[in-house]
Amino acid sequence: MFEAIAFYLFAFLTISMFYITVTTSQALYALAALAAGMIFISAFFFILGADFLGAIQIVVYSGAVMALYAFGMMFFDTTRDIKEKQGNRAIVFGLSTIAATLVVVIFAAPMVSNNITALYPIIEGAGNTQQVGMVLFTKYLVPFEVAAVMLLVAMIAGIVLAGKKMDLSLTLMSDDEVMKLKNEQNKKVLL
Amino acid sequence: MDTAYLIETVIKVVVILLVFSALAGIGTYFERKILAFMQRRLGPMNVGPYGLLQVAADGIKLFTKEDIIPTNVVAPIFKIAPVITAATAFMAAAAIPFLPQFTLFGYTVHPIVADINIGILYILGMMGVGLYGPLLGGMASANKFSLLSAARGAAVFISYEVVTGLSILAPIMLVGSLSLVDFNEYQAGGIGNWIVWSQPLAFVLFWIAAFAETGRTPFHLIANDHEIIDGFGTEYSGMRWGLFAIGEYANMFFLSFVIPLLFLGGYGDGTLLGALGLLAKMAFFFFFFLWTRAAWPDVRPDQLMWLCWKVLMPLAVINVVITGFIMMF
Repeated sequence: MFEAIAFYLFAFLTISMFYITVTTSQALYALAALAAGMIFISAFFFILGADFLGAIQIVVYSGAVMALYAFGMMFFDTTRDIKEKQGNRAIVFGLSTIAATLVVVIFAAPMVSNNITALYPIIEGAGNTQQVGMVLFTKYLVPFEVAAVMLLVAMIAGIVLAGKKMDLSLTLMSDDEVMKLKNEQNKKVLL
Repeated sequence: MDTAYLIETVIKVVVILLVFSALAGIGTYFERKILAFMQRRLGPMNVGPYGLLQVAADGIKLFTKEDIIPTNVVAPIFKIAPVITAATAFMAAAAIPFLPQFTLFGYTVHPIVADINIGILYILGMMGVGLYGPLLGGMASANKFSLLSAARGAAVFISYEVVTGLSILAPIMLVGSLSLVDFNEYQAGGIGNWIVWSQPLAFVLFWIAAFAETGRTPFHLIANDHEIIDGFGTEYSGMRWGLFAIGEYANMFFLSFVIPLLFLGGYGDGTLLGALGLLAKMAFFFFFFLWTRAAWPDVRPDQLMWLCWKVLMPLAVINVVITGFIMMF
């Protein structure tokens, strides 16, 4: 009974949070609701007994939404409403409804037809974390390694993009040097 | 799920909430007294014996002060931000075993709310969520200094979360579990078995990162004292500001529990002596937070980033790699 109560409570909370995220025109509301929704989703993992995935959901998505906040801080005055450019409302509404229905059908179809079998049955005695590790390093080893390489590529690209003038420190330079640097940059812009 | 378990859990939650919100208040008293002692002052002296009732006076002041919501702020977010800080600090406490299990009137009590097998991950995740408080508070405040403080806070937390996670990885590899109870059992054999001897580097790195996680000096850039204002808390008044303080001090206490549990043997074999030992270790680490504040200045933001990305993170990675090689061969 507790599980049912918890499931419906968190289902309601998650859906209402994401509804706020989509409909509000205030950037702070949207981001805060997104973060809350992501954290509420972790409750489903905890209810299902997948503690490890639940904690990972919290760790990863709280960090990811945090990065979105950083962008929000740079691009908007977050205390003002944002005027959204809205195109044809009927098309937007129709397409998103069709997409959502499709996703539900895709995931619900195998369940309705009872066509799901567990390929890797639960190993008795192994903990939650260990089981994730076992599947990750046997069946899904190649995708796992490919993802790791892709992350490495992204990281190196990030360092190259951000690190062009990393050897210069404005705090350690004298005022003359800073002005010189500024003039050079201005020249480049004018050219 | 039987009723006895439910009642037991509710009682544990209430006890932890009461004890640690009281401790957070008394923590401010300790901080003032210790800072005063180190700076050759007396500290709070007037309210009650040795100023002990200063906590109550502060509480009355915070509770009865007018709750001001400035005109241009985003009111709902502004109001909820301090609650996030305080609530997540206490939620993190759910996975911390505060004492060894003991028997009370013939009923065995486990002083941990939820003994989940991913305890340390959950605690770190919850403390990570806690930084939404300063961030949202700063961004909703319609104040440039609050916004700057929120930006600094986000930068510090995101950077040092990496160090926390990586430094804790090597001990997790040794123990083979994420539960703090398992960590304690791994070290139950006595001082020789403490993880600090096999993982001294991880211990120091985690300790340094703990200062950043709680936003204490020398990483006190989040609420920057040098600007003579209170960073993200500038626009707050009364109990909303007080909730930020409760969250910060509760976090300090919880981390002071987590560090000994991870590295210094925790409550050992579970005897009364072991339990007192854990409390003593906790008291030392809490004292160390205050000691550092009295002894060290804040570091500059660029030094902070330099320290995190160019010193601590490579050290943590090297530590993980070496631990892996030693465990393999």
